[in-house]
Amino acid sequence: MQAWTPLLLAALVLCGCSKHEADKSRRAPSPAVTVTNPGQQIDAMRRGIPIDQEASPLPMARVENFDQRRPVNYEMQPPTIPHAIDNYQLTVNTNRCMLCHTRSNAAKFQAPPVSPAHYVTRDGQVLEQISTRRYFCVQCHVVQTDAPPLVANTFKGLEPEAEASPRAMP
Amino acid sequence: MTGGPVRRIVAGVLARLKPFWTTFRSPAVHLSLGFLTLGGFIAGVIFWGGFNTAMEATNTEAFCTGCHEMRDNVYPELQQTIHFSNRSGVRAVCSDCHVPHDWTYKMGRKMQASKEVWGKIFGTIDTREEFLEHRLVLAKNEWARLKANDSRECRNCHQYDSMDLTRQSRRAAWIHQNYLGTGKNTCIDCHKGIAHQLPNMKGIPQG
Ligand code: HEC
Ligand code: HEC
Ligand code: HEC
Repeated sequence: MQAWTPLLLAALVLCGCSKHEADKSRRAPSPAVTVTNPGQQIDAMRRGIPIDQEASPLPMARVENFDQRRPVNYEMQPPTIPHAIDNYQLTVNTNRCMLCHTRSNAAKFQAPPVSPAHYVTRDGQVLEQISTRRYFCVQCHVVQTDAPPLVANTFKGLEPEAEASPRAMP
Repeated sequence: MTGGPVRRIVAGVLARLKPFWTTFRSPAVHLSLGFLTLGGFIAGVIFWGGFNTAMEATNTEAFCTGCHEMRDNVYPELQQTIHFSNRSGVRAVCSDCHVPHDWTYKMGRKMQASKEVWGKIFGTIDTREEFLEHRLVLAKNEWARLKANDSRECRNCHQYDSMDLTRQSRRAAWIHQNYLGTGKNTCIDCHKGIAHQLPNMKGIPQG
């Protein structure tokens, strides 16, 4: 998740509060929480719509496909995937991710190669092929969608300067 | 099991052709040369049309998925992919990728395909397991064919010159410009498994 989303959310909430404050004297109290984006309803299925009414589904969130590496939020975080991976075959027979992220192809495809740790077995043996414990990439690396976050988040990521310094690849 | 009906069909066709064959062999006695020439011409047109129509019939999805090997193995896989359902509503059927459009190439492929029908009749591939066992060999044939013809079947629908690179994802635009546009690679080098599940790819160069 991008670092700025919690900030943005906080700003939104603040704006909402002050407006609410000013209106209070003139109007009847409105509901305490106003969710501007129906996608942010925690009950994403019903979104507060009474049970006897039909809730029309929201548009599906789209996978972000910008090919721009996102900063990591903490040490050792597996970086998120900055592109769509629809229909990439990741089976016992083949690993589409490694078409580009394998060391030998990375430069050609302008993809960051997986770190050397991905070639080490749990017994510390260094392999030529990716280690089986790292084979299923999407166990740790995930795509991001444009879905708005459901709840505010106060998590503070790495300081920008820590981020800028070369980080040890796990 | 599959041999029975096929043999019966062949026998039926032969029986029907027999009278024609007898007539065909006897010399013309009462017919003028003009009639024969004109008649031959018209018959030729009809035959040619019929031949090509029959060829077309073997190009339909229904024909290709008519046998259980294809219906149960490759077809359901294709249905999961972008070439079956996409935002543009254009579907690639089996023959779009597997049969050349150009006539001479098409005939060549059809002759080859007859060998595959032979495989069908004598049951080289019967079960899913047998299919998976042969999949690598079959896939390698297709890769070799597409590599040799510079992915001609893909290019019937996708042309580099018509690709708006600014509308592609960045990584796609970059690699296409530098490796496809320069002719260093062809589609199948990088897009193996675009329509089917891949066999074990160990040791097979990709990209
Ligand atoms: C978008 C192009 C495309 C379409 C459409 C397509 N194929 Fe394929 N097919 C391929 C390619 C490429 C291969 C080579 C193996 C690979 O890369 O998966 C292949 C391989 C095969 C093989 C060899 C075994 C294997 O899976 O590798 C069979 C059999 C096959 N196709 C049958 C079919 C049938 C039947 C259909 C229609 C239901 C079909 N194909 C539709 C592109 C296509
Ligand atoms: C019948 C025409 C046709 C043929 C033949 C064909 N394609 Fe496609 N292909 C399409 C269409 C249509 C789309 C989907 C376009 C869209 O809506 O984004 C597509 C999409 C793709 C994509 C994009 C996949 C994605 O997830 O975005 C790739 C890669 C591709 N084709 C490769 C190939 C290759 C390789 C071959 C040759 C083996 C081939 N195509 C043959 C019509 C075709
Ligand atoms: C040197 C490798 C390479 C070659 C050659 C190549 N492609 Fe691609 N192509 C890629 C990569 C990498 C991507 C982006 C990742 C992905 O979707 O697999 C891509 C993506 C695509 C896409 C989706 C575009 C998008 O915006 O996501 C289409 C369509 C496509 N290729 C078609 C073709 C066709 C057709 C050919 C042959 C005329 C071809 N490619 C040749 C590597 C290649």
